Amino acid sequence: MQIDHLEITALIGPSGCGKSTLLKTINRMNDLIDGFHIKGKVELDGKNIYESFDVNQLRKRVGMVFQKPNPFPMSIYDNIVFGPKTHGVKAKDELDEIVEKSLKRAALFDRVKDKLHKPALALSGGEQQRLCIARAIAINPEVLLLDEPTSALDPIATEKIEETVLELKKRYTIIIVTHNMQQAKRISDKTAFFLLGKLTEFAPTEQIFNQPVDKATRAYIKGKFG
Amino acid sequence: MAKVRESVMRIVFLLTALMSVLCVLFVCFFLFTNGLPAIAKIGPLDFLGGIKWKPESNEFGIFPMILGSLYVTCGAIILGVPIGILTAVFIAFFCPTRIKSAVEFVTSLMAGIPSIIYGFFGLTVLVPLINDVFGVRGKGILAASVLLAIMILPTIISISQQALEAVQRSYFEGAIALGASKERSVFFVVLPAAKSGVLASIVLGIGRAIGETMAVVMVAGNQAVIPESVFDGVRTMTTNIVLEMGYAADLHREALIATGVVLFVFILLINMLFSILRSKERVQ
Amino acid sequence: MNNKATQGKDLLSVILRGITVAAAVITGVTVAIIVGYILIKGIPSIDSSLFALNYTSDNQSLTTSFINTVLMTALALVIAVPLGVGAAIYLTEYTRNSGKLVTLIRYAAETLAGIPSIVYGLFGMLFFVVSLRMGFSLLAGSLTIAIMVLPTIMRTSEEALLSVPMQYREGAFALGAGKLRTVFRVILPAASSGILSGMILAIGRIVGESAALIFTAGTVAEFPTSVFSSTRTLSVHMYSLASEGLHIDKAYATAVVLLALVAIINAAALLVMRRITKGRQHL
Repeated sequence: MQIDHLEITALIGPSGCGKSTLLKTINRMNDLIDGFHIKGKVELDGKNIYESFDVNQLRKRVGMVFQKPNPFPMSIYDNIVFGPKTHGVKAKDELDEIVEKSLKRAALFDRVKDKLHKPALALSGGEQQRLCIARAIAINPEVLLLDEPTSALDPIATEKIEETVLELKKRYTIIIVTHNMQQAKRISDKTAFFLLGKLTEFAPTEQIFNQPVDKATRAYIKGKFG
Repeated sequence: MAKVRESVMRIVFLLTALMSVLCVLFVCFFLFTNGLPAIAKIGPLDFLGGIKWKPESNEFGIFPMILGSLYVTCGAIILGVPIGILTAVFIAFFCPTRIKSAVEFVTSLMAGIPSIIYGFFGLTVLVPLINDVFGVRGKGILAASVLLAIMILPTIISISQQALEAVQRSYFEGAIALGASKERSVFFVVLPAAKSGVLASIVLGIGRAIGETMAVVMVAGNQAVIPESVFDGVRTMTTNIVLEMGYAADLHREALIATGVVLFVFILLINMLFSILRSKERVQ
Repeated sequence: MNNKATQGKDLLSVILRGITVAAAVITGVTVAIIVGYILIKGIPSIDSSLFALNYTSDNQSLTTSFINTVLMTALALVIAVPLGVGAAIYLTEYTRNSGKLVTLIRYAAETLAGIPSIVYGLFGMLFFVVSLRMGFSLLAGSLTIAIMVLPTIMRTSEEALLSVPMQYREGAFALGAGKLRTVFRVILPAASSGILSGMILAIGRIVGESAALIFTAGTVAEFPTSVFSSTRTLSVHMYSLASEGLHIDKAYATAVVLLALVAIINAAALLVMRRITKGRQHL
């Protein structure tokens, strides 16, 4: 499976089919789980991420946004500078610039510019999720992993996040796990369908939704199981 | 560089975690090496079973003190346990929410009041009271038991309360749904389900009572003889140490440390019982 | 028996309700009597001589003991807090699964928590005072008492760390932060109120302690000149007053001060804990 530069790839499939696990493999978040072991390999720029990368450097290049918004219990500003500071950025003006740029890209800047030093947990769910996106892009990753980023949000917040994601596509390669097929259709360039832990079909989104080759894919897309 | 720091700190954290193990080993080592030789010198039977404690004539029998500790602890348990458990039931199920935080403040304050204040209160209120009511010298088993009962209340209340509140709500709801009254549901369904936690609270209470020193020394009378009634003065293992350690020397001093060793062994057994009950509770 | 709460209930239920209420009332009244009695007897005896700068056998001033208590508490916390919090970090962040070592550590902490003060006092005397030649001193006392409060700090810190949501850890790791940075910048700050409430509980125990200090820190009522000076804390001071029986009014007054101190400490711990339960509602 090849993920192309500056495209949005959607991973779909029924619950428990391994989409999130695959996503978490890409930035090695599965390392945190006991008893996890890996077969096969994941490559970034042709290099195996489990061999040729320091895990923290890998995670700098591959950012991630989680299912449930998880801002740290600190101010909005501190949430965003946490990543850059981790990776050695110290100058105050540089950090200020990163905060502004990241928030603008996540389409949150106008909403929060006057309360950057207020606690992040006071934001609404949708705003928290956009803050998490801003936090992820503040370390300037190349790839952005989104793990069902809208499943905990209401439809209006979902729409805003989708707009943001489409905007982000210009700069980042995005992989999104979603349960919402309409969402996959709306925003992705390519779609991968998973069933029982196996990649069943991987093709441009239009093709998957209009003329799926695989029977199971067709059944799933038509909503026959899920 | 970062890798080195990570692994160094991992070891530092491990070492801090091992400190508690080290402390236990040190406490055991220093008590046993200083106490056991004295027991050997006096003779284990003469020491543990001897009924005469006369340091001036080199007689060191701590049987009266072992008995004393057991008497006052039993007294405290008999008086304190029912009140403590019932209070825990009250706080967990029948307490109006308005006063719940006040009640919890009171129990935490009880746990926080220093032993010495309890002791002073016992000396100035409890002892004269017993004296007036029963017409006996107030200092003795009864005064110590009542005072210890008060002192172990917060332990019993807070641990029992935790155990009661940890019982699945569905048990309680199931009983209510069968038409049992709230009181019956709590006493016949929830309380038995919280049994091991409640027992653990009692065991911990026993540990507190047997180890208490400064309050007991002020109200127990401290005679190193076997008491014959609940009004008789009594000396416990803890008070034996605190009363004489200040001036003891040589074998006398070692015998006091050995008293500490016997007390320590009692405590270790009680702790073991407590851990077993606790792990039983976790399994449930 | 015909009020609303008991209407339609059988006799047994009424009795059961009655005894729980009675038990709670007994508990409450007992505390009220103890506190009330000491306040009533003690407050009239409080005068300026009680707070005189220098202790004499005449004024029985508690100023020196109070300052010694503060020093003793500070020193004990400086020793116990890094150890306790470090141990809690090890137990929660480095070994979630329970191996033999973790079981051993937990069992040791539980054992420490159950050892009575007088045994700590004996140990402190044998080890710090005699073997390490510290003599009756501030240092020997605070080391002894630091071991005593170590399990309290360990347990409360561990609970605080465990209650930090897993998502915070994931979030930090996903940004490429290493374990240490995650622990110090994200997890510890999020757990700080819980750790603080444990520290306050420990302070309460230290302030109230007497049996472990008599044979380790001694009973000298003077300002310490170094960590090797023998000192008497407020509780030990109270013990000498009560057991000598010469200055009973001073004993009452000192008891009031000690009681007030303990009440403030406990209220602070409860407030901090309440703030945590409120703060948790966000996630």
